[in-house]
Parts: sequence; C-alpha cells; structure tokens
Amino acid sequence: MMFKKILAIALLAGLAACSQPSNKPASTIAGAGATFPAPVYLKWAEGYKGASKVSVNYNSVGSGAGVKQLLAKTVDFGASDKPMKPEDLDKNGLYQFPTVMGGVVPVINVTGIAPGQLKLNGAVLGDIFLGKITKWNDPALVALNPGVNLPATAITVVHRSDGSGTSFLFTTYLASQNAEWSSKVGASDAVNWPLGLGGKGNDGVAAFVKQTEGSIGYVEYAYAKKNGTAFVLLQNKAGQFPAPGADSFAAAAASADWANAPGNYVLLLDQPGEQAWPITGATFILVYKDQKAAAKGTAVLQYFDWAYQNGDAAAAELDYVPMPASVKTMVRQQWSQVTSEGKPVYTSTNK
Amino acid sequence: MSAPRPAVSTDQIPVRRDVLDPIFRYVAFSAATLLLAVLGGLIVALLIGGWPALAKFGPSFFFSTTWDPVREVFGAAGPIVGTVVSSALALAMALPIALGIAIFLTQFCPRVIAQPIAIMTELLAGIPSIVYGMWGLFVFAPWFAKHIQTPLSGLGGLFAGVPNGANIFTASVILAVMILPYMAAVFRELFRSIPPQVREAAFGMGATPFEAVTRVLIPYVQKGLVGAVMLGFGRALGETMAVTFIIGNSHNFPTSLFSSSSTLASTIANEFGEASGMHSSALIALGLVLFLITFAVLALARWLLSSQRY
Repeated sequence: MMFKKILAIALLAGLAACSQPSNKPASTIAGAGATFPAPVYLKWAEGYKGASKVSVNYNSVGSGAGVKQLLAKTVDFGASDKPMKPEDLDKNGLYQFPTVMGGVVPVINVTGIAPGQLKLNGAVLGDIFLGKITKWNDPALVALNPGVNLPATAITVVHRSDGSGTSFLFTTYLASQNAEWSSKVGASDAVNWPLGLGGKGNDGVAAFVKQTEGSIGYVEYAYAKKNGTAFVLLQNKAGQFPAPGADSFAAAAASADWANAPGNYVLLLDQPGEQAWPITGATFILVYKDQKAAAKGTAVLQYFDWAYQNGDAAAAELDYVPMPASVKTMVRQQWSQVTSEGKPVYTSTNK
Repeated sequence: MSAPRPAVSTDQIPVRRDVLDPIFRYVAFSAATLLLAVLGGLIVALLIGGWPALAKFGPSFFFSTTWDPVREVFGAAGPIVGTVVSSALALAMALPIALGIAIFLTQFCPRVIAQPIAIMTELLAGIPSIVYGMWGLFVFAPWFAKHIQTPLSGLGGLFAGVPNGANIFTASVILAVMILPYMAAVFRELFRSIPPQVREAAFGMGATPFEAVTRVLIPYVQKGLVGAVMLGFGRALGETMAVTFIIGNSHNFPTSLFSSSSTLASTIANEFGEASGMHSSALIALGLVLFLITFAVLALARWLLSSQRY
C-alpha cells in the first residue's frame, strides 16, 4: 500500500516536472574545474541552495580537466585558473568571466628574516629559480635589502609538483620579468624546473619551505597567511613594495584594462597601480555562448549573479578577493552574449 | 588371501549431467575471459593513448631525463629509475622485518598476545595510503631531516642532497611501512598453513629453533614467500599518493639516496589533471611503462618459481 502511494506521488511529481515551462531554471547544475576556487564555489553553492533550492555540483578536478569536461559537454560550466585565449574561446564557442581573485606570494625560511622583511624583484626571483643565485647573501639580494643581515646559507628552491594555476601565474610572471627564464623555461601549469624539489599542492610547498632552512617557494596568499610563513615583498611596476593582501590584489584588478580585453583574457600580472601586488590572478568560469538547454544556462548565470551580489563576505572569509564592482557590472552586461535560440538566457536585475 | 581393498575406489564413476551444465560452463568461461578482455582492453587503451608520445620520441622516451611540458619534450628515465629504486629499497627494508614478525607470531609468541598483535598488523594494512603520505610529510620527513640526514649530509656521495627529508630514501621507508603489514600477514598465513607435524619432525631430528625455521619451515613455503614478496613489490611500484607527498617530485635522474626524485605513478597523479595534448599522451605512456614493469616483475616471479625444484 505504502509503496504504491509513494510510487503514485513520484509519478505525479515526474509529470509536474515535465509540464514545467522550459524557461524555468534547472534545479541542478554541474560544474567542474579549478581546485583553487573550489572552497568558495562550494560555500556559495551552500548559500545559493538555501536561497533558491537550486543545487550546484562542483567537482574540483583541476583547470585542464574542467575545460576537457566542458568541451565533452558533461558539465554545464567549466572553471579555470588560466584564462582561455580569445581565439580558443571563439573556436569552441565559449564565453568566460572572472569570479574571484587571489595572489601568489613567495615564501622563505631564512633564520633571522621576519615576514615582509625581504624585498625582491622579478628579475632576481627568476635568477633564484634558475639557480643563478645560490646564496642568500648574493650581491643582488644585498643590493635590494640594505641593512638586512642576510646569511651565507645556500638557497633551496621549492616549487609545485602538480600542474596548477598557481604555477602558471608564477612562471608567467617570471617569464615577463626575466628574459633568461622566458627563453629557457617558459610559462605553463607545469614546467621543466631547472632545480629544486616539488611539493604537492600549496600544502606540500608550504610544508617543505617550513622544514627546509634556506628555502624559497611560492604559495597562494591564503597559505602564506595561514601558516605564518615569512613572505617576501615584491617590487611592482610602479617601483613600490606593497604588502600582499586583499588591498594590493584589488589594486591590481582595479588598474587592469578589462574593457579592452577581448574575451576577458586578463592576467593581472605586474599591473601599473601604485599598490598593485605583481602576481595577482583571477579565476574564471567558462560557458557555451549557445546554450542547448536554456534552463541550464539560466541557472548557471543566476548562480553566479547571486554570488556576485551576496558572496563577497564568504569569499573574503576564505581569503579570496572579490572582483571590483566595475568589473562585476561589466560582466553582467556581457551575459547577454550567452543565448539559446538567439535569445539571451538571463538578464541580471542586480547592479 | 585376497588383496586388501584400497581405501579409495578405483572404479570409474560416470559423471551425472544436467541441462544446466552447459550454461554453468559458459558462465565460468566468461568469468575467466572477462578478466582477460579487461586486461587486453587496458593495454590497447594505454597503447592508443600513449602512442603519439612514443612515436614522437621513440627510444629517447625511455632514456632521456628531460621532462619539459612547455616545450613538449618528454623523457621518462627519471621517473622509471625513481620507481624501481624506491620500490626495491622498500622491499629490502620490509622483507626481513615482515619475516621476523611472521616467524615470531607463529613460532615463539605466547598464544595470549599472538592474536592481538596479528590483528593490529592486519589493521595497519587497512590504513589509507594518503594517511601514510601525510604522516610522512609532516612527521617523518622533518624528524629524518633533523636527526639523520643533516648529520650524514657532510659525507656527500650517496648521502648528498637537500636536508629536508623529501627524497627517495624517505619515500622508500614510507613504502616499506606500507607494504610491511601486508607482507607480514601473508607470511603469517603461510607459516600457519604448515602442518604441525613438519615442525615437530624438525625438532624431533634435533634441529634448533633457528635451524627448524631456516632449513625446514622457510623452504617449505618458499613458493608462497616469493609470491608474497612479488605482490608487495607490485604494490610498492604502483603506490601513488604516499610517494607523491614525500619523494620531492623532481624529474631529474636521482644521483644519491637522498636526492629528490619522482615515480611513474606520482608523475601521472601530479600532472594529469592539467595536462593536454602531447603532455597527456606522455603521461599515458608512463602508465604503459608502469604496466609493463609490473608485468615483467610478475613474469620474473613466475619464471623463478617454475625453475625452482624441491
């Protein structure tokens, strides 16, 4: 009896679902990609579920794998730490927009050097990671740090062993600042590191740096902050040495020229602002411009619109930096590019 | 006087047959072939996936130590050597200890504590490898770096390397800890399977406990021991997470016990998520190489066993 009743209710519910008009947003959406923003996407999904009854399933499989899944059409949106080049967006019929930002911070473990005490620039950082500077009291380091007592210990380089957006930002920055790095190593998620050892994930790098006297590595800002590790100040384009943090990341995003970047292809590296942190990066969401099922496209954009509107506090709590208001407004306008049968799937009413 | 009746009848008893028998036979047959089909499919898939890399780099894929995802030049010599060396070292460390545990538990241990120790050993085998990896990275590596590697680093040579505990030797220790309970459990079962008469006979002949174990009991289960050792080696070869945490993940050719290295499995786990094109093909080819090495180890074990006489 009971079973029959349940069956009947289930059937009715099924019929009701079928008869829904198709422009209603879908009740579940699926995304996959970058691991870096995964905690905040999950946090947002939790909040959004409460607000709208729409479940967001996000698999943090890595940026590359996320893009692969989107191209195989097994997910409704992809997420990547590495913006896709405009020509690739056009080729695949995709549109991308930034969600949150973070910064990559060099961290060191040198006895006697406090957090924020050591100053470096991109060229010197590149020489260290190339193995050309091997001692902490190298003249190049002394010149940048007058008055700091630098020991004669050997430098141990620590890098990421897994392919990651963090490495992409870091190596791209080094390639832009150090000609030899650019020609010898290049920039990518994973490169042929000239020397050093690899830790798995930010945790792995942070642990190795913590354990190794005289080491230098690079991690997401949240990890540099969390572990109380000695971070390094980097010289930006304006010649300043801002402290890494929400303010200097936001300064980098604010001074970037979003409006003139086709496909939102913006790397926030070495931006001109006085207070801009030189290795800042946004993380991106990718969707098809032509949505096969309007309901899914609507639900995806609605979710991120809700996050733009209500998610800044959650993002800040997890040490991400929200996008500046001007960038959000621009992205909301761009959403008219995402269409189904020629009509935009979603128009934001938020400002 | 008639001959005594044999204990077992020598008469042929006709086998009863049933209509269901052919079906039963086919079910059994498909169960056996399904596994072969999966195995074949796996090899074909790895070959197809890895072919672009193998075709492009040819033999240099196996002998070159350059692993450059930016320029798409891939050589697997570093990970291949790292895999074999770390697993062999782990086996060398685990084998005597596992044997010792099994011999103690089955020959000398009072019955009251034998069972608890045995259960603990088996529980150890159930600890997920990532737990070993984290323990290795956060607890063992710092301790090892401070108390063993730093004092030894002055010697250079085999002991040269960055003193932070992330190297091929610590990875082997973690691997040894991981395969040890597994091998000890199998060894113990092997020793327990020996009929008590064999042991008693050895003592009856005046053998000391040492002689009984080394001359009688171990030879008695030799085949099983070799099998268990090879299975342990196989597990060490393919172990991924724990090794990834602690081996240092450098694609360079390891030059000392304390140099950072990488293994085939750790390289795949590290890079597959973000790889595309030739890079992902090279990683699949690494999978094929790992498969072939494991296959070769098992084949060698078979050959050793078949050439052994009692």
